[in-house]
Amino acid sequence: MATERLEIVCPAGTPAALRTAVDAGADSVYCGFNDETNARNFPGLNFSRAEMAVGIAYAAARGVKVLVAINTFPRAGSEALWHRAVDDALACGAHAVILADIGLLAYAAERHPDRRLHLSVQAAASNADAINFYAETFGIRRVVLPRVLTVEEIAAINREIDVETEVFIFGGLCVMAEGRCSLSSYATGRSPNMHGVCSPASHVAYAEEGEDLVARLGGFTIHRVPKAVAAPYPTLCKGCFQTGDYRGHIFEDPVSLDAATLMPQLARAGVRALKIEGRQRSRAYVEQVVRAFRRASEAEAAGQPIPKSELWRLTEGQQTTAGAYRKTWR
Amino acid sequence: MELTVGPLLFHWATDAWSDFYARLADEAPVDRVVIGESVCSKRLPLYADRITEAVERLERAGKTVVLTSLALVTLPRERRAAAGLFAQTGHEVEIDDLTLMRWAGKGDDAHCPGFSIGPLVNVYNESTLRFFAARGARSVCLPPELPFASVASLAAAAQPLGIGVEVFAFGRVPLALSARCYHARVHGRTKDSCQFVCDRDPDGMVVRTLDGQDFLAVNGVQTLSYNCCNLIDDVGTLRQAGVTALRLSPHSGDFVSVCRAFRSAIDGQGDDPAALLPGHIPAMPYSRGFMFGATGAE
Amino acid sequence: MDRRELIPTFPAAAASLLRGLPPAVIEALLSRLVAVTTERHPRLFDRLGAHATSRYLIDPTDLPFVLILHPAAADGRLRVLPRGTAEPREARIGGPLAALLGLIHGRYDGDALFFSRDLVIEGDTEAVLALRNAIDDAEIDLSVEALHGLGPLRALAAPPLARILPLVERLTGVSLSRPTRESLEHGY
Repeated sequence: MATERLEIVCPAGTPAALRTAVDAGADSVYCGFNDETNARNFPGLNFSRAEMAVGIAYAAARGVKVLVAINTFPRAGSEALWHRAVDDALACGAHAVILADIGLLAYAAERHPDRRLHLSVQAAASNADAINFYAETFGIRRVVLPRVLTVEEIAAINREIDVETEVFIFGGLCVMAEGRCSLSSYATGRSPNMHGVCSPASHVAYAEEGEDLVARLGGFTIHRVPKAVAAPYPTLCKGCFQTGDYRGHIFEDPVSLDAATLMPQLARAGVRALKIEGRQRSRAYVEQVVRAFRRASEAEAAGQPIPKSELWRLTEGQQTTAGAYRKTWR
Repeated sequence: MELTVGPLLFHWATDAWSDFYARLADEAPVDRVVIGESVCSKRLPLYADRITEAVERLERAGKTVVLTSLALVTLPRERRAAAGLFAQTGHEVEIDDLTLMRWAGKGDDAHCPGFSIGPLVNVYNESTLRFFAARGARSVCLPPELPFASVASLAAAAQPLGIGVEVFAFGRVPLALSARCYHARVHGRTKDSCQFVCDRDPDGMVVRTLDGQDFLAVNGVQTLSYNCCNLIDDVGTLRQAGVTALRLSPHSGDFVSVCRAFRSAIDGQGDDPAALLPGHIPAMPYSRGFMFGATGAE
Repeated sequence: MDRRELIPTFPAAAASLLRGLPPAVIEALLSRLVAVTTERHPRLFDRLGAHATSRYLIDPTDLPFVLILHPAAADGRLRVLPRGTAEPREARIGGPLAALLGLIHGRYDGDALFFSRDLVIEGDTEAVLALRNAIDDAEIDLSVEALHGLGPLRALAAPPLARILPLVERLTGVSLSRPTRESLEHGY
């Protein structure tokens, strides 16, 4: 059996980043509209309707697919905004829409029965029964697996389901079950599920206090980092806190995911596509990461060793982990 | 308006667990009690043999008993346990992970238990509510992070659908779940050899910022608010909006008094039901930020 | 092993040369550059949105002066001030000139510079993010913008500039133009 090369799914926060990803060797690119319908609703980021249409055309002309993330949970009384996003993305020629909300999946499955629906990581479908529920009920064609599973668990899931699986391979790392976390709205009133932001910049304050860089979120101190130590995002779950005599990163160190070395195992586990996190990152990041993973994917398909990369420079904390893919993480 | 006691989220000693439900059965003026383990599947075997007795006692006292599911189902034994909940027909099941929708509402009533949707399932809008109503869910406890405007919209939509709408009205608010156990991590253990260190903190392990500000509470794989949600002064507003039930989440101390205070508020008895609330150890400041404030912690 | 990528510092000799220039001259030159850039990249303002009214203190830490960028201002969009001047601003972005220019040209990633502490941010973080994202999407090349600023003299200046730029870039390590795909591939 000829092995199919692992699909590299690349982030794009801007039209320029989309072109960069396509030119650097992306197999598909995911992006979102410039409003609260997507989970990277950051200032200055994302696509207008016109930009989306142009971006999809640019990608299509080069054989690259565009996946549109509409992966927040529609607000009661305002669902029309999300319905329009689904309709417009598919009208623009998106290869698929990436959805998380049950109500929105029901809408898309009914209105666009012949189009591809991908289940967002925000739906946190973490076992075969949950995935089969979504497949049977809404006809999803692919699931983005939550970052809580080991490689062995992913292999077991793939034996029990018929839809494609996509897993995160590089970038920011959620340590909580995605789509089920209200830490950000507790501290700031703005949440990934409702507003498409986590630990939003609008509520972040950096201050240099003596030798320390202090980061506060909604008034809560998340970090105090001495000079010359890599600075993290003030993301709640990677904050430094205290409990009893313990002082440190209670939830997770400020590290990023890099599972490049696990690509052969992931391929054997039946994974179809590898997702790179980072729609909020720059063209420079997209260029370097996409090129490295395209190379790695080609090497993997040819049965060659995965080339070593220097991507740690780009990562939060400038340290990487294989995360939940190895059981010791738990 | 009904009063529901949510599942006990924390890990208590087995006798404390039994005593809690015995007192709840005999003394607490509540309508529904959700019982079982929703946080960590490792804890369940420690008190599994006490559940039957507790359920019988609660039912003898006229309470409706609902069996909870686990909130994050990944392991094979967790999936088997989830499927097992739908192999019985004696009790309604509360779904706290969509995994269970694989079986819910599939058979006729004689072969399938009734079910409701718990607060850890994302019900943010009318379409999602309609989906669960069409599948046969009896009620939905809304996610605690929803603002009042959303609660009001959903309660209005629920009425014609014939599905109940419950809100999280008392207790530390569940904020996040993980595959990783933070109690074990803080105590330098792995999840597999945790030795149930979470039993040291009957209301969660308080997490403070580096500047000494109280912030969160850790309960094994779960993270909760430090503040205690308390909507006792909002009962009238919620009822008017069409909310049909309030959820009280168990804590140590005199929880029966919490139930009584909320019952007084619902029944409109006494001038100040909030004054009936007991003090807490450790002290937990009250908050209504998620529903009525700018931030959850407010 | 030092795990940090070294961001070159602007040569001290060149910095003291700049110190000799009257601030008014620097301000006039840079203002012209900003005017041409914003004229040629109108979408910058779409992405900036309401943050166009923010005042950004741009602090090239290896140069003797700082800049105040106020995108929405009718005039005085860019002002040059001695470092330490008390000046109202919503946000401060500080770092070596090479980091700031590399950011504009898409050579460096803003988050990575922040993680490595080469870039310091204070004040309104959202405003900084909006500016960063707007600039990243605009694919600005300051050498091209500067040429456009020359007007009719452009044709005359372009060929020598094309020869000199790479030389200056290699000598100073400062990216004065958008890197080509080849230069990214080879890491210089």
